[in-house]
Amino acid sequence: MKPPPAVEVTHLRKVYGSGHTEVVAMRDATLSIVPGEIVGMFGPSGSGKSTLLTAMALINPPTSGQISISGQPVMDGPRALVDLRAFRRQHLGFVFQKANLIPFLTALENVQIALEVNDTAPKLARKRAMELLDYLGVGPRANNLPVALSGGEQQRVAVARALANEPSLILADEPTAALDGPLGRQVMELFAKIAHEKNAGVIVVTHDHRTLDVFDRILDVEDGMIQIRPHSSPPDCK
Amino acid sequence: MNLAIRDIRHNAGRFAFTSVGIGLLLMIVMGMGGIYRGLIHEATLLVDSVGADLWIVQGSTRGPFAEISRIPANLEDRVRAVPGVAQARRFVSHTIQREHQGQPLRMVVQGLSWPEDRGDWITLVAGRPLRQAHYEMIADQSLKLPLGSHIRLGKDFYQVVGLTRGMVGTGGDGLTFFTVSDAMAIQFDQPGEATRLERAARRARVEAVDLGRLQPLLLDRADGMAEGIPALAPPQVSAVLVTLRPGADVATVRRTLATWPDITVYSTQEQKDLLLSGMVDKAKRQLGLFRALLIIISTIIIALIIYTLTLDKIRDIAMLKLIGARNGVIGGLILQQALLMGAFGYALAWWIGQYAFPKFPRLVLIDPADLVSLAIIVVVISTLASLLGIWKAMNVEPNTVLSA
Repeated sequence: MKPPPAVEVTHLRKVYGSGHTEVVAMRDATLSIVPGEIVGMFGPSGSGKSTLLTAMALINPPTSGQISISGQPVMDGPRALVDLRAFRRQHLGFVFQKANLIPFLTALENVQIALEVNDTAPKLARKRAMELLDYLGVGPRANNLPVALSGGEQQRVAVARALANEPSLILADEPTAALDGPLGRQVMELFAKIAHEKNAGVIVVTHDHRTLDVFDRILDVEDGMIQIRPHSSPPDCK
Repeated sequence: MNLAIRDIRHNAGRFAFTSVGIGLLLMIVMGMGGIYRGLIHEATLLVDSVGADLWIVQGSTRGPFAEISRIPANLEDRVRAVPGVAQARRFVSHTIQREHQGQPLRMVVQGLSWPEDRGDWITLVAGRPLRQAHYEMIADQSLKLPLGSHIRLGKDFYQVVGLTRGMVGTGGDGLTFFTVSDAMAIQFDQPGEATRLERAARRARVEAVDLGRLQPLLLDRADGMAEGIPALAPPQVSAVLVTLRPGADVATVRRTLATWPDITVYSTQEQKDLLLSGMVDKAKRQLGLFRALLIIISTIIIALIIYTLTLDKIRDIAMLKLIGARNGVIGGLILQQALLMGAFGYALAWWIGQYAFPKFPRLVLIDPADLVSLAIIVVVISTLASLLGIWKAMNVEPNTVLSA
């Protein structure tokens, strides 16, 4: 039986403001990402990439349209169909341009907290967090505070945090913008590895065209519209 | 994982400084309560330790602790004749301020009804009770008069033969004990010239009336000591203290004494109540107001600090919300910080108080019940203070984490 899409967006429209201040950020977005697929989302600033990403992250309700995650309808227009915070906790992982690590927690604790808020026992959460840090190559830095970590290390810890609860969908907003070229590529390859090994849908918003080969599919977002770039298709369609 | 403790560890300096500030405020709150308890203790110390069953004071007055009370010293002889009375003692109490070694010295002069009362009931930390009718005194340590030292009061020198600790009057001045006659000599001491002038005035008054001219002996008496003139009032004392025989009915003795129109009778408890409802009550209200104000100030300070700490980690809170942390986790972080701040402040207040309070000029008596009630108040104000921060945190949108 075919697994449900990691995320499915149907006729999504997002309008900010009203009247003469109205701005249409997303016009009519329809999109489906399958588990194990890594999708790159490109587009100029203000094209609507982040609006679409935050809508899928369930922190920016759309004006209209539907969002389903792992086959479960979660948004119908601005109306939430589930407890969004609990749903995010169980199904979504986030990585941003800045690592956004909690500064008073060590690298290990930053990952551990994501597990603990999802009701994992502290001992088990600690063990799992350590495994993830080892998997991402920052195990030796586990007990350092974020301030003592390099940008790349911080981003890896952020990725580990995003993976902590084995989400079905990982959303990354320009995760390599603060990293140099080789390190940025490393992180992108890491996302591809995660998508394929952990069977998660991964959507990466980026401007970095040097990493095009990493993605299974590329979406171009312009003026609130999505276009699938030719010669890119979901893995099972290749 | 306890987020509050980790955040505090990260902001240790700020937390420590704030806690010290809160601690000092709470120490003052604690101290105010202690000063009030000390006031009560000091005010009732003498009434309690003197061990009288009844206090006889001037008619229609509230006794020597509330106002001036003057009754004839020989009233004690009348009282002794009342059935059920085992002992009656004259009580003299007044405050004097003299100069000693170039420094002002305030003391409460207490008269002991020699020879029945030699001060054996007084708890001494050094020396002995009175052993002679004149020129000996027992002094409280707070007066800093060494044992064996001599101090001039009026025309006479008195030797310190015993020392007490913590025995002070309602005004916080150290108590001193003399025989009643010495206490009265100190109280009514006047310069020789004043005595000569008074005798001359007395003679002039007697010469001006027929009786003086008809009775020449009166003129001679007018030149002499006041005690030698029967027509003049006998010495006055502040009160007479009554000790009842074992098994005697207080109410019966009281009823008998109540029929005397020149006096008023109070039980020891009534005398204490009068004392406390008078001057101590106002001090209590004053201290209570200060305590309330300081508690409000402490609450505002904790609230502002917690609010600022919350603002500082608003993105972290947004991140926690984004990864799905429940409101309880976020609210708990802020509430626990407020409670920890209050707890540290309270502990610090108690610790500093241990060293600071004994150095206060008035007795600061920290009652365990007061410590418990202050601890409860600290928990309540810390909880209240966290509400502003919690409200702010609850209103943070998860997408705040995306803002620059």
